[in-house]
Amino acid sequence: MTPLAAPTTTILVTIDEKTYSADPGETILDVCKREGINIPTLCFLEGVSTVGACRLCLIEIEGTRKLLPACATVVAPFQKVKTNSDRLKKNRRMTLELLFSERNHICSVCVANYNCRLQDLAHEVGMDHVRFPYLFPDCNVDGTNKIYNIDHNRCIMCTKCVRTCDEVEGAHTWDVRGRGFESRIIADFDEAWGTSPTCTLCGKCVSVCPTGALWHKQSVQNNMKKSPEMVSELTAKRGRKG
Amino acid sequence: MAEGLGKKIVINPVTRIEGHAKISLFLNETGGVKDAQFHVDEFRGFEKFCEGRMFTEMPVITPRICGICPVSHSVASAKAGEMIMRISPPPGGDRLRRLIHLGQTISSHALSFFHLSSPDMLMGWDSDPASRNIVGLAEKFPDLAKRGIRLRKFGQDISLHVTGKKIHTYGIVAGGMQSPITEEGRKAMLDGVAEAIETTKMGLDIFKKYRDANLKEVDSFANFETLYMGTVGPEGELELYDGKLRFMDAGGKIVGDQLDPAKYLDYIVERPVSFSYLKYPYYKPLGYPNGFYRVGPLARLNMASKIKTQLAQAYLTEFKQMGNGRPVHGTFYYHFARLIEMLMAIEQVKALLDDPNILSKEVFAKGFRNQSEGVGSSEAPRGTLFHHYTTDESGVLTKVNLLIATGQNNPGMNRSVLEVAKQYVDGNNLKEGMLNRVEAAIRCYDPCLSCSTHAIGSMPLSIEVLDHEGQLVRVVKRNG
Ligand code: SF4
Ligand code: FES
Repeated sequence: MTPLAAPTTTILVTIDEKTYSADPGETILDVCKREGINIPTLCFLEGVSTVGACRLCLIEIEGTRKLLPACATVVAPFQKVKTNSDRLKKNRRMTLELLFSERNHICSVCVANYNCRLQDLAHEVGMDHVRFPYLFPDCNVDGTNKIYNIDHNRCIMCTKCVRTCDEVEGAHTWDVRGRGFESRIIADFDEAWGTSPTCTLCGKCVSVCPTGALWHKQSVQNNMKKSPEMVSELTAKRGRKG
Repeated sequence: MAEGLGKKIVINPVTRIEGHAKISLFLNETGGVKDAQFHVDEFRGFEKFCEGRMFTEMPVITPRICGICPVSHSVASAKAGEMIMRISPPPGGDRLRRLIHLGQTISSHALSFFHLSSPDMLMGWDSDPASRNIVGLAEKFPDLAKRGIRLRKFGQDISLHVTGKKIHTYGIVAGGMQSPITEEGRKAMLDGVAEAIETTKMGLDIFKKYRDANLKEVDSFANFETLYMGTVGPEGELELYDGKLRFMDAGGKIVGDQLDPAKYLDYIVERPVSFSYLKYPYYKPLGYPNGFYRVGPLARLNMASKIKTQLAQAYLTEFKQMGNGRPVHGTFYYHFARLIEMLMAIEQVKALLDDPNILSKEVFAKGFRNQSEGVGSSEAPRGTLFHHYTTDESGVLTKVNLLIATGQNNPGMNRSVLEVAKQYVDGNNLKEGMLNRVEAAIRCYDPCLSCSTHAIGSMPLSIEVLDHEGQLVRVVKRNG
């Protein structure tokens, strides 16, 4: 028996007052990317699973009071989407301010200065200051790995490293412990990265990390170039998407 | 307020210096100055908050201590890191680091002399404080003021060409430099050399003319004997970037020579005092307080056996003559020494730019942590600077000690304030010009107080006068 063919009907969605066609199962972010509509994202990484954690890609859908993440919301017929309303702009800026206030981000001395997704987005939304009190958590730098360092001060808990390590490298060295403000990225059973028996030193996590949290020991201020597309290309070659 | 009793005058914050300071003058019953204290109240705990960072990050963190001598901090940091990694930079990286360090010396010295100190010499100590500054200078001596500003820019532009930034420079790393320079950059830097030399000579002339006209005042201005410390090259020559330490006693005898800066703790002890966040360092073999020493331009020129560049050597000979075979102890001579150093720095910049290694593409040596401790030193414009790091096995810093030039000059600055206050301040008839002289004693050292207490920011100055019962008689506050 031939399986039922997936419905091939094209779906029409309206994004910012213009109508586009989309394939069923596509996310709003997929459509926007294809059509060149800019939606800021932080935790989304082409090639690994989607978690909808950072809430930066939130969009408005007519008829729904809640804001929804474009990366994790699939298109539906006749959806009317807004990607750039005042409400969204305010929301994005607030989200970024909260991210900055949560840990200790000092761009001027960071390896990823000028090569940082978080910093770029702050510029993009015009975040000229942070209105929330900084929490200054006590975070450490783990320098025990031979080649790389992890600085929890700069981590935004996007979990790109966790997903990449698990889904692309297959090592699952990284994971998350704790909840909310207390959550931290951990190596294996929360041990020093340098003693991890699972880490293959492949460096994919370092490439996908959007901030200066994961960095190469040889890097110094503002010369740590990140290359998340490396992972996306790799997974595309392997014939896998998301 | 009790009149006629012992009083204390407090100058806070000191104008035209970098950082935040306060001067207290204690008067005796007859209105003369009995004692003086120079306080630094600010403390930013730089040493503490660097703990927990990777040692490789220090060359970009520590320049933030100070906006005037960031390169010296970066260089000392990078050297400490290199000791931890047990590597040294390739010749190209070494030359570039020297170049940028000289650039900073020039911009800092130009700022100190033309912007901050020359107004006293050119406009007069007692002239209107509102115009006794670079703005007033620009009105009265527009050509000179512009030249002074361009000279400072010449130094800053070296930073710009070498690292892409004028102030908190990027690119100095443990192992060398992050990137090479271009031929266009080299040419652009060379272009400014001739005028920079001319302007510095004009500065030297200003000093010499002032000295000739006011010899007694210049010679007696905070003239007191101390030891001196600084870096010299292998032949005892003046060296601003890398070398060994020399100590000279008040009579001019070299009491320590070719000492390894990494062993600074063998020769220097820091003693905390109650009234200031700055500590009182002294030369260990002579103990406290006989071991007080001064650092910076005056110290370096007193100790240098020679200068290896032609123009500056001629002035060094003159300087030595002023001391009559003994060290020059007069604090006012810091200015002269500073100008001579600046001349040498410009000559060295030219020599470096003509060195083929300067365009080398090999500027960085890779390395990993190989030992726990590292010490780096450099001659900051204000004097010798030490960075001492201890790391754990992963390279995370567990202890940071920064011994800064202004900290080492602290005993000297206190003494200078006292000497000048005794000479000029009359508690019964306080005049602005008197207090300006007291500040000027501090300005001779060109102290970067923000850096010596590891704080950031430039602030104005004030002086307080208090009687012997601690009653405030007068406060003089001015904006910087
Ligand atoms: S270490 Fe980097 S990639 Fe991993 S969660 Fe933190 S910010 Fe994201
Ligand atoms: S990118 Fe969609 S929630 Fe992070």
